[in-house]
Amino acid sequence: MELIKINIDNRTVEVEKGTTIFHAAKKLGIDIPTLCYMNLGDLNIEHKPGGCRVCVVEVEGRRNLAPACATECYDGMVVHSHSMRVLNARKTVLELILSDHPFDCLICAKSGTCDLQNMAIKMGVRSIPFQGEKSTYKPDFSPAIIREMDKCIMCRRCETMCNDFQTVGVLSGIHRGFESVVAPAFERDLDHSECTYCGQCVAVCPTGALTEVDHTTQLIRDLADPAKKVVVQTAPAVRAALGEAFGMEPGTLVTGKMVAALRRLGFDYVFDTDFAADLTIMEEGTELLDRLTRFLDGDKEVKLPMLTSCCPGWVNFFEYHFPDMRDIPSTARSPQQMFGAIAKTYFADQIETKRDEMVVVSVMPCVAKKYECTREEFKVDDNPDVDYSISTRELAMLIKRSNMDFASLPDEEFDMPMGESTGAAVIFGTTGGVIEAAVRTAYELHTGKTLEKIDFEQLRGIKGTRSASVDFDGVEIKIGIAHGLGQARKLLDDIKAGKSQYHAIEIMACPGGCVGGGGQPLHHGNPEIIKARQKAIYQEDAGKPIRKSHENPSIIKLYDEFLGKPMSEKAHHLLHTHYFDKKRKDVLLD
Amino acid sequence: MTSIKLKLKESEVQQLKEVARSFDNKPGELINVLHKAQEIFGYLPAEVQEVVASELNVSVAKVYGVVTFYSFFTMLPRGRYPISICTGTACYVRGAEKVLDEFKRLLKVPVGETTADGKFSITCLRCVGACGLAPVVMVGDKTYGRVTTDGVKGILKEYEDEV
Ligand code: SF4
Ligand code: SF4
Ligand code: SF4
Ligand code: FES
Ligand code: FES
Repeated sequence: MELIKINIDNRTVEVEKGTTIFHAAKKLGIDIPTLCYMNLGDLNIEHKPGGCRVCVVEVEGRRNLAPACATECYDGMVVHSHSMRVLNARKTVLELILSDHPFDCLICAKSGTCDLQNMAIKMGVRSIPFQGEKSTYKPDFSPAIIREMDKCIMCRRCETMCNDFQTVGVLSGIHRGFESVVAPAFERDLDHSECTYCGQCVAVCPTGALTEVDHTTQLIRDLADPAKKVVVQTAPAVRAALGEAFGMEPGTLVTGKMVAALRRLGFDYVFDTDFAADLTIMEEGTELLDRLTRFLDGDKEVKLPMLTSCCPGWVNFFEYHFPDMRDIPSTARSPQQMFGAIAKTYFADQIETKRDEMVVVSVMPCVAKKYECTREEFKVDDNPDVDYSISTRELAMLIKRSNMDFASLPDEEFDMPMGESTGAAVIFGTTGGVIEAAVRTAYELHTGKTLEKIDFEQLRGIKGTRSASVDFDGVEIKIGIAHGLGQARKLLDDIKAGKSQYHAIEIMACPGGCVGGGGQPLHHGNPEIIKARQKAIYQEDAGKPIRKSHENPSIIKLYDEFLGKPMSEKAHHLLHTHYFDKKRKDVLLD
Repeated sequence: MTSIKLKLKESEVQQLKEVARSFDNKPGELINVLHKAQEIFGYLPAEVQEVVASELNVSVAKVYGVVTFYSFFTMLPRGRYPISICTGTACYVRGAEKVLDEFKRLLKVPVGETTADGKFSITCLRCVGACGLAPVVMVGDKTYGRVTTDGVKGILKEYEDEV
C-alpha cells in the first residue's frame, strides 16, 4: 500500500493513496463540513455524489475549489480548508440552497436536529441574497412517513439507503435542474409504492423533507381522557438510545428513567414490549422446534429455513418482493402485536376494562411499526390491538414538553405483569438477538438440558450477514443472520436457488437491527452510534437475573391461566398471523 | 398520475421483451432500451416502463427517473406528426419561443399534448446539435432550419393533404 503526504491548513499528514481530502483532514482532527456526503463505515456504504459543494476546499495549483468528500489526495497536495475564498464559497453555496428552501424552521419537525439548519448556523448565514421562485410539491402523507419535498435539498442520501442498502428501489431522483426531486415512480404516493416503511430514508435525511407521522397530539389527548385506560409498551432498543435526545452519550442505558418519565406523563400502566418478546420466543421457538423435528423425522414438506417475522419492515419487504416465499417466515406476530393482543384480552379482563376503553400505545425505534398496527388483520371489530405507535424521538419530545429534567429522574420499575421480562427479550433490540434468544430457549426445550453458556458470541456483531452453527446435543443447527434488506435479499435469493444451508435465519430491516431503527434519535448514517447502542443492549441482558424467555414467571403464568401452551388454538388466534401477496401487478394485457 | 390503466398489446410486449433480450437484459442498457421502446409505442406510458424495469431488473423508480431526466423521452402519446421545437440556448436566443408560441396558437394545444384529431403534437427539445440552423424545428424525422413565425404556417401546410 502506497503512502503519500499531504498538507492541510499548514499541517502534514500521511495517508494511503486513494484517500479523500475529507478523510485526510479527519486524521488531523479537522472537521470539514458536509451535507450530501454519508459514510456507513462498517456497513460498506459510502455515498459521495459530490453534489452539494458545501465541503469545498482550496487546493494550491488548482483553479476551482475541490469538493473534499469526493477528491482524492495526491502526494505533495497543499490544501486550505478555511481560507477566505473557501468560507465565502461555502456560504454562497448554502445561500443558494436556502434560496429554494421554505423558511419553516420555527415550525419544522426537524428543527434542532436538521443538518441544513446547523450548517446555516455554523456558516453564519444572516440573509439570503438570492430571491426567486421556490419549487413547491404536494406533501405526501403515508401511514408512517411524511414527505415534504419543498424541504428536499437533493442530497440523495435517501435514494442510497432505499436502493443500495435496502434494495427496495422505491425512490429515485427524477426530472432535472430546478424541478429535480426524489420521488417514487410516477410520483405516486409512498402508500402506493412498494415502500417497506423501514424508515432508513428518514434516518439519514438531513432536512425535514422526510419525517415520521406524529402521534403525540393524539397521545396527549388520550392521556387527558379520564374514561380511558392508557397502557404503554416500550421496545428493547428504545432504552439504549433515548438518552441521546437528552445529550447523553450514545450507548447510555436509561431504562429506569424512561419508566419514571412514562409514569409521570400519565400512563396508567407502564409495560415492556420485552414481555411480549419473551412470548414471541415461546411461540417462534416452538414453531422452529416443530419444523426441525418434522424435518429430522424425514418430512419433506416442512419449510426450512424458518425466517423470523418480528420486523414489520422485513415483513413488508417479502410481501412485496418475495410473495411466493411467504410460507417460509414464522407465523408468529411481532412482539408489538403480541403485546397488543394480550393487553386487550388477558390484561383487560384482569382490570375489568372493555376493549374500547383501553388505549394501547407503543414506543418504538421504528416507523414501520406505525404502519404495522394499522393492518386490518390486527383489529377486532375495527378496534386495533395496538392503537398507535410513537417513535423514540416522539417520546423524547413529549418528555421535554412535559417539563421533566430527564437526567435527574429516579430509576423506576415497570408495572406487573406485562412489565416482567428476561435478558433474552432485551437482545431483540439488536441484530442477532432474536435468534440468540430463540436458541437459548429452543436448546433447553429440545435437549432437556441446561445451557452451560448463555452468551452466543458467534451470533453477535455488525457484519451485514453472519452465520454460525449451534450444537443441539448432536444435531448441528445452522443459523444465518442478516440486517439491512439488501443483505436479506442475498439470503433469500440463495433459498430460492435451493442453495441455502440454514435451518433458521433472522432478518431485521435496519442497520444493526432495531438499535439503528428509523424512529431512533438520528444515526445520521454513523455506525459508531449504532454499535454503542448494541453494546448497551448486551449490557442490560447480562445484568438481568433471568436470561431465558421460558423462565419468565409472568409468561409461565400467562400460559397457565390463559393460553394453555405455545401454539395452542388460543395462541394461534391471538399470537400468529398470515401474510399477503402484495406484488404489484401493473401490466395488464389485452 | 395514471388513473386509467392502459392495456398493452401482448405482441408489443413480446417485441419489447425481445428488445431487452437483444441488449442482454443489462441494466446499463436502460437508455438504449427506452429509446427502442419509444420507437415501438411512440411514447413511454407507465405500463411500458414497468415492463422495461422488470426485464432489466432495475427499479421502476429508476426507469421513471431516467425518462423524466431526458427531454427526448415522453410519457404522452404523440401525434402522427410529432413537432419538436429546439429550445436550446442558440435557438432560444434566435427566437425559438416565438416560433413555439405560433405553433401553439395555430394548433390550439399546449406543449406536451396532441391535437384532437391525433395529427400533431408539440414537444420541446434541448439543443439538437444544429445550432448553425437555429432556430430549429423537427417534424418527425424532417428538420427545418432558421424557422420564423411567418414560416410556421408553411410547415404545417406540408402535412395538410395527408389523411
Ligand atoms: S428542514 Fe431544517 S432548515 Fe428546513 S425548515 Fe426544517 S429545520 Fe429548517
Ligand atoms: S422507508 Fe425504507 S423502503 Fe420506504 S422509501 Fe424509505 S428507505 Fe425506501
Ligand atoms: S428527501 Fe432528504 S435525504 Fe432525500 S434527497 Fe431530499 S433532503 Fe436528501
Ligand atoms: S458533502 Fe461534499 S459535495 Fe456534498
Ligand atoms: S440550440 Fe437548438 S440546435 Fe443547438
